[in-house]
This record gives sequence, C-alpha cells and structure tokens, in this order.
Amino acid sequence: MKIRTFRIGGIHPEENKLTHDVATQVAPLPQQAIFPLSQHIGAPAVPIVQKGDKVKVGTKIADAGGFVSAPIFSSVSGTVAKVDTAIDATGYRKPAIIINVEGDEWEPMIDCSDKLELLKDHPELTPEEIINRVKAAGITGMGGAGFPTFIKLTPPPTSKAECVIINAVECEPYITADYRLMMEHADEILVGLELLMKATKVNRGYIGIETNKPKAIELLTEKAASVFGGTEYSVEVVPLKQRYPQGGEKQLVDAVIQRQVPAPPAIPVNVGAIVQNVGTAYAVYEAVMKRKPLFERYTTVTGKRLQHPGNFLVRMGTPMKDLIEACGGMPEGDNKLLAGGPMMGKALTSDEVPVCKGTNSVTILSADDARRKEPQPCIRCAKCVGVCPMGLEPYLLAKLSEIKNWERAEREDITSCIECGSCQFTCPAHRPLLDHIRQGKTTVMGIIKNRNAKK
Amino acid sequence: MNFILIAVIVLGTIGLTAAVVLYAASRKFAVYEDPRVAQVCELLPGANCGGCGFAGCGGMADALVKGTDAGSLDGLSCPVGGADVMGRVADLLGMAIANGEPKVAVVRCNGTCDNRPLIAEYAGLRTCAAMHACGAGETACGYGCLGCGDCVEACQFGAIRVNPETGIAEVDEEKCVACGACVKACPRSIIELRKKGPKGRRVYVSCVNKDKGTVSMKACKMSCIGCSKCEKVCPFGAITVGNNCSYIDPLKCRLCRKCVAVCPTKAIVAVNFPVPKPVEPKEKEEAIA
Repeated sequence: MKIRTFRIGGIHPEENKLTHDVATQVAPLPQQAIFPLSQHIGAPAVPIVQKGDKVKVGTKIADAGGFVSAPIFSSVSGTVAKVDTAIDATGYRKPAIIINVEGDEWEPMIDCSDKLELLKDHPELTPEEIINRVKAAGITGMGGAGFPTFIKLTPPPTSKAECVIINAVECEPYITADYRLMMEHADEILVGLELLMKATKVNRGYIGIETNKPKAIELLTEKAASVFGGTEYSVEVVPLKQRYPQGGEKQLVDAVIQRQVPAPPAIPVNVGAIVQNVGTAYAVYEAVMKRKPLFERYTTVTGKRLQHPGNFLVRMGTPMKDLIEACGGMPEGDNKLLAGGPMMGKALTSDEVPVCKGTNSVTILSADDARRKEPQPCIRCAKCVGVCPMGLEPYLLAKLSEIKNWERAEREDITSCIECGSCQFTCPAHRPLLDHIRQGKTTVMGIIKNRNAKK
Repeated sequence: MNFILIAVIVLGTIGLTAAVVLYAASRKFAVYEDPRVAQVCELLPGANCGGCGFAGCGGMADALVKGTDAGSLDGLSCPVGGADVMGRVADLLGMAIANGEPKVAVVRCNGTCDNRPLIAEYAGLRTCAAMHACGAGETACGYGCLGCGDCVEACQFGAIRVNPETGIAEVDEEKCVACGACVKACPRSIIELRKKGPKGRRVYVSCVNKDKGTVSMKACKMSCIGCSKCEKVCPFGAITVGNNCSYIDPLKCRLCRKCVAVCPTKAIVAVNFPVPKPVEPKEKEEAIA
C-alpha cells in the first residue's frame, strides 16, 4: 500500500515519544479543581453555581454562553469554593470556578460500567439525538484548538459532508495520549466514529494514523474490518508518512482524500470532509452511550528530565503541578513548561494552570533545549518557503509584519498561516519568523473583521 | 545635413504636439487647490505624526482651511506646535482659535524591577505586542509595562525611553508633544494623555492592575489594590474605583494630594511638586515617600 501524506512542505522533528509504551494511569484527584470558563473557541461559559453549592462528578457548573460555546461540567464532587479568576493557559487571569474536592460521588445518570454499547442496540439514536447529546455534554475538539464539536457536526447548508476523517495522527513530538487511547479503547473509538458518521449522515470514514504507530494501525484495521464488515459503512485506516504538521485539519484532508481546502474562511467541510480528533470520537462515545459529559481526558505528562513521564486519565481542573508531582516532581534547574507539545504548545508561567478540555499534553523542556539561539540575518535560503505546509512565504510575511505593511501581508495570504512553526523550526538563522507572522496575522484579521463590520 | 534637418523637424513636431496636448490637458483637468492649504501646511511642524487625528500635516491643513470656510476651528489642534503654531495659523486664516489645555503622556505603571519580581524568562521576539500575546510576560502582573519599547519606537520625538534600571517606560516631559502615538502603540493601554497641569504638577494612579488586591499585591508591591481609601478621602469627587483599580479624573482633580498620603501601596503618584529635598525626576516614586 502506498503511504500517503500531504502535498507540500512539512518537517520531521525528533519524535521523543518517551511515553509510547507507558500504560495509562488514573491521575490522583486534586484537592482543589479549577474550571476556567473559556476552555473552547467562542463565548465563555456562564457559571450556574455559586459559592457553597454542592456538586457531584458530572454536575453542570456552567452553561454555554452563546451559539459558539460549550457548557462545563464538574469533574469532582465537593463544594464550590468561589467563582473567581485563575491563571489559564493564555497566561492571564480569567474567570473560573474553583471547587474544593470532597470524596468522589458521581451523578447517577452516568453509566460507569465497562460494557461496550453498540449503535445497533440503540435504535432511538437518530442523528439529531446524537448531536443534541454531544452538544449537551460540552464536547469540544480534543486535539487542542477546542472548537465546539456539535457545530462541526451540523455543516452549513451550502456544503455537503461526504466522509468523516478521524485524526489519529499525533504528529507532534513527545505526545502519546492519542496513541494510548487507541491501544486501550479501540472498540469505543470505532463506535464513536460510527456515531459521528450517523450524525453527519455519511457512510465513509477514515482513520489517519502515522506509520510510527504500527500497532495502532494493525489493531484498528483489524477491529474496523470486523465491526464495519458487511454494514452500510465503509471505514478505512489510512497509514500516513510521518510528517509534521499532518495533524492540521487541512493537511490531514489533503493526505487522506487528496482534496485541498481553499483559503479561509473555507473549512474542511467545504470539500466534503468532517475532521474529528480520535479523543473527540472517544468522548462522543462516552457522552452518547454512557451519558457521561466531558470532564476527563487522556493527557501525556512528558519531558526528558522528568523521572517517570507517563500517560494519565485526568479529571479536568487538575492543576498541572499535581500531575508533575505524580511523575516525580519538577526537575531541578530552569525548565520550560508547556501546555501541549513542543511545536504547538503554549508556554506557561505557572504550574497552577489546570488541565482543560484541550490539554493533550504537559511537556517540560529543560532550559538548554528550550532556549532560543541568537537570531542572525536572513540569508535568503528559502528553507522556510520549502517547509511551509500552506505554501506561503514565511520570510516575506515576517518582514511585512515587522514593517507593518498590513495591506501587502493580507494580499500574501497571511491569514492562511496555521501557526505550525515549521518555518521557525527550520530557519538556519534562528529568526523569530512565527513571532512576527502571528503578530501580523492577528492584526490583519482584526482589520478584516473591522472592515466586514462596517459593511 | 539632411539627417540633422529631419531629426530636428521630427523631434520638434513631436515636442510641439506633446506641449499642446499637455497644455490642453492641464487646463481641462485642472484641480483647484486652495492656496491657503499650502500656506497653512508651511506653518505646521511637518512631522506628520498624526497627533491631530489626521493622516499628516497636509490633512490637518486641509481640515483647517475647510474649518475656516465652515466658520469654526473647534476641535482642531496641533499637539506638536501647540498654542504658538495654532496662533500663527489662526492669524493667517483670520480666525480665533480655542486653545486646548496642554497634555502630556503618562506611563501608569510602578512595576520597577524592585517592586515587581521576575517569575519567568521570555525568549521570544522582544516587542511588547508579541510578549503581550504570549501571556502575562516575565512578571506575574498581566497589566503592567512590558518594557520592550513599542512606545519608544512609535514616538517621533524621542520623548519616551525604557529606563534600563527600572525596566519601564518613562516620558521626557520637555520633549513630549502629546501626539498619542505611544498610547496607540501600547498593547496594554498603560499610557494615557493627561492634562499637563500648572507647572507640570499632576496626580495620577500609576497602576492599571484590575486583579483583586491580594493578587495584585503579590505581583507588584506598588500596585493599586482597589481599597477605595483615595475615593473616600477625595474632597472633589475626582476619584472612582472600578474593577479593583482607582482612576483620578484629571479635570476634577485639584491637586490637594490627600489621596497620595492615604494610599497604602503608594500607587498614587504626584509629580513636579516642590519637595523638601532635591530628587532626580526619574525617581518619581521616591519623591512622594
């Protein structure tokens, strides 16, 4: 079989999947859980609990704050300590609900058994019912960006979904949470995929996995054949060549079905694909079949100098320092703490930041690994142009942002940048290309928004 | 000989035709420009700083002439030239000019290296905008001066600099023309244009931290904790406290300095008042102590 990948650009950073074979452990319950109200793209959630309220595991504590928004559920049982502010992954103090943990009492509606529920045993699950349950469970994209899932499942009438692509690429170095999830919950993921296909009324599904996870490819191919063989659904496990940023939606669509998503505001469904993370598929299974809202996730805690890096099933709201403690504590000396992996992760200034819906990894790099090298003048080698997966010219966009030539930057499609950092990674002169481009992109998007608002 | 003659005739004819066409075009498509615009433009400083709200001095001159025709120059003022230049412009246009109160840019942050300890190291692009987008910065205060000098770069008059000792921006009052370029450049909206005040005396809250007192105190010793003591003591109702941060209205403040005395964190700053012992202007905080 030909190993597919996306057409242009891409890099292959050192993998460092230290926790590849470490079985998932259940993370210890925190003493205090912190739930930021903005864990997703869109309007922040609105708290519906007050100080002193008793909550159980799975109690809704905040409602969706708009159409593009998601409710938040408590992952612990206990008493609401306060509705205050707390530092989240943005680095700023944002509104949050803080709960003191007492015991571990679950909402009775949640089915805690291990029994695998199959879609054929549940004829009551119409597409609308599945989407409603996904929406009510507060599921957002588990890959990191955190876009509310129910919106992706209801594409605009101008486009037609043809297939569901499960993103099990995990191209980011260090992270292994999705891999462990696949190895440990393959059956549930396949039912989740079936639910997603039913909800979007398509019968073709793909699971894109990079070839550095041969066991997962083998396992899922085998299971998919037995589960979907002889049904109306056709599901194909697509092995993909290791290349970063294959986990980007547009790159994955290109790699799996060889279709190119046009420049923003186009989204993958404009070319017929609905992309969902493998973690999302699992969360959809749990939400629809087990009535379990989204309050737990798989997270990798990793770093070369960490004593026992591992994969954890974490209750959301657990401060990262608890997880680091469970891995043997913060290594001595200067460290860089990241929510996410080394390529796309967000550097944090506090280990009190809680694990949220999109926290796929807590990565700790040593200062030596993390520190940037002194930038040198651009030597026009065009390596950045070669690796850009969106076909942009990073050196030019960076320069245009630096000299604040926003009109030209817009013409050069700065808004298409997916901020993958391949350009900066590959630059032999260590230039801060992405820092400049990100500035320019934010400014240009602001200008476009203002212009559209005036019309 | 013949060649020369041909060349002269051909080129001469082309030149003549072109001249006629150009003359006709310049007559037909002539745009009338008020000669006063050029004269006014001559008087303006020519820095094109945009402080008046127009794209440059040309735009301002145009607006001034249009304003004259409309009968009023209200709201038009050149912050760079000040009363002097505006007076001359008014003379030229035969108008009376309402002079605005002179203003000056004020950096509202006390977060010096001593007051605001570093908690992290930022390795990315050293501009305030980039650092602001990444998070709170190198200190625990998510509101204070980042010290990368976006304002310094924006200033056309060399009136603002980042003090290497304190790590925060400070304004040279002599050079500042209150064009507001730094206000726009600051991603955290710390810089404010305030009334310069008599003899340059003014009182302001040198902090914009909106966190609760306990949190902001931890981040910076001289932060406003929103305790409202200043609000209560102010006899003129010039102080309002909202979002855990106090603000002194420069138009209502009568410079009594009662708030300065009462502020528990010394976040309120009074500048250019006579002090018992001479101090360097850069150590404003100590001046009140």
